[in-house]
Amino acid sequence: MSDQNSIIWSEQLPGGAHWSGVMRRGTTLRIKDVEGGANVSALMYNIEVPSERYNMPDTLKGQKTAFLTTPNVCYSDMGRVLCSIVEDTCGWHDTIGGISDAAMVKEKYGEADYQKVHNDYYKNGYDSLINELEKWGLDAKDLVPNVNFFSKIRVELDGAMTYVVGNSKAGDYVDLRFEMDCIVVLATAQHPLDPSSEYAPKPIQLTAMKAEPVQSDDACLRHKKENERAFYNTAIYYGEKPYDFSN
Amino acid sequence: MTLATEQIPDSQIVHREVVKAGDPWMYVVKAGQKFRIVDLEGNQAVDTLFYNANDTEERYSATDTIKGQGNIYLTTGSVLRSNLNNPMLTITEDTCGRHDTLGGACSAESNTVRYSIDKRHMHSCRDSFLTALSKWDYGMTKRDLSSNINFFMNVPVSPEGHLDFDDGISAPGRYVEMTAHMDTLVLVSNCPQLNNPCNGYNPTPVEMVIWEE
Repeated sequence: MSDQNSIIWSEQLPGGAHWSGVMRRGTTLRIKDVEGGANVSALMYNIEVPSERYNMPDTLKGQKTAFLTTPNVCYSDMGRVLCSIVEDTCGWHDTIGGISDAAMVKEKYGEADYQKVHNDYYKNGYDSLINELEKWGLDAKDLVPNVNFFSKIRVELDGAMTYVVGNSKAGDYVDLRFEMDCIVVLATAQHPLDPSSEYAPKPIQLTAMKAEPVQSDDACLRHKKENERAFYNTAIYYGEKPYDFSN
Repeated sequence: MTLATEQIPDSQIVHREVVKAGDPWMYVVKAGQKFRIVDLEGNQAVDTLFYNANDTEERYSATDTIKGQGNIYLTTGSVLRSNLNNPMLTITEDTCGRHDTLGGACSAESNTVRYSIDKRHMHSCRDSFLTALSKWDYGMTKRDLSSNINFFMNVPVSPEGHLDFDDGISAPGRYVEMTAHMDTLVLVSNCPQLNNPCNGYNPTPVEMVIWEE
């Protein structure tokens, strides 16, 4: 699915970058951790009605999971599938840890402003995502709990949260097949629970590809009865006949 | 301090109200006041959102709250943080034990996904939230509904990453009490969900008490 013919575009993002763009229904976004240890904080919005957006609780309780990997899908708050995780070499993506902010970055890593170090100035998740949201007429109200691709937070039985070091290796990637036309905003700032005292956000590669049509035996669609119903809701939103789940 | 077993003197009560099963509720708790939610009949999920009453763009943030304390469950000592990472309230008493903030609120649409398409027409927390937002004029919309707290609800997570709604650990008369650090607009849906154990399959009323020492 990643042969040269299917590739639409590909770009490299440095650590600490922020990016946004549109991913169309029927295209796949591959996010690759170039060096290992990357964190990609991401949110998705229905481009037609952006108040429809990624919903962490609905995604987790619908699939009875506290993290994301293939064949999970990302639900919107309207009971539809924004994207499906069709491939994943990493195995665990966090969606409960949230993002860093300016005060946290200053306390953890010290200060490095633009005047001193130009584009190596220290970035944080909150300001980075706000920057991208504002470009689409969105703002802090739209900054809901996000996905942190390539990061792992383990939750003990007593609820304690631990950042697991070394979750993602160089070359690991995750493929998101978009089931809706989405605004995607993302930031490559470090995870807020990353215990490292060194400011060292890692680069990623984004590659957009044409996706194969979704078949009725698709692993993401068939993963849970909940997913089948969310795909039903998505199909009829686009005026398409829903999948036949009779067999 | 053994307030858990003490009656609050009437002279200290600012507002007291029973919220029926399935109803929304909105109220401003002033900085320094205490806000108690009593689970009158037991195992009743109380879906709750907080906003800075003077600037509602600042609101409760589930992720800032759990990463701030390094634990996904809320109980005594938990500082409930805003999206700007400011402390909004602190849980100062809790006779239930722990509360959820990952499970979100039910909606007509999520009911179609979780149970079946025809469950769309059952009453849901989001419908209650939207009714409240339109009734009280704060200029807020669906965009203002972010991840909430579910007081008295039990959503265990395992180290392997399993998450599910489980039978409640609350009981009749258990309560949770918070002290507000800012003037806080409280938005509640007394959850009407009938399809999972979050309300013991029998939604019941809760009591709200705002008081000050």
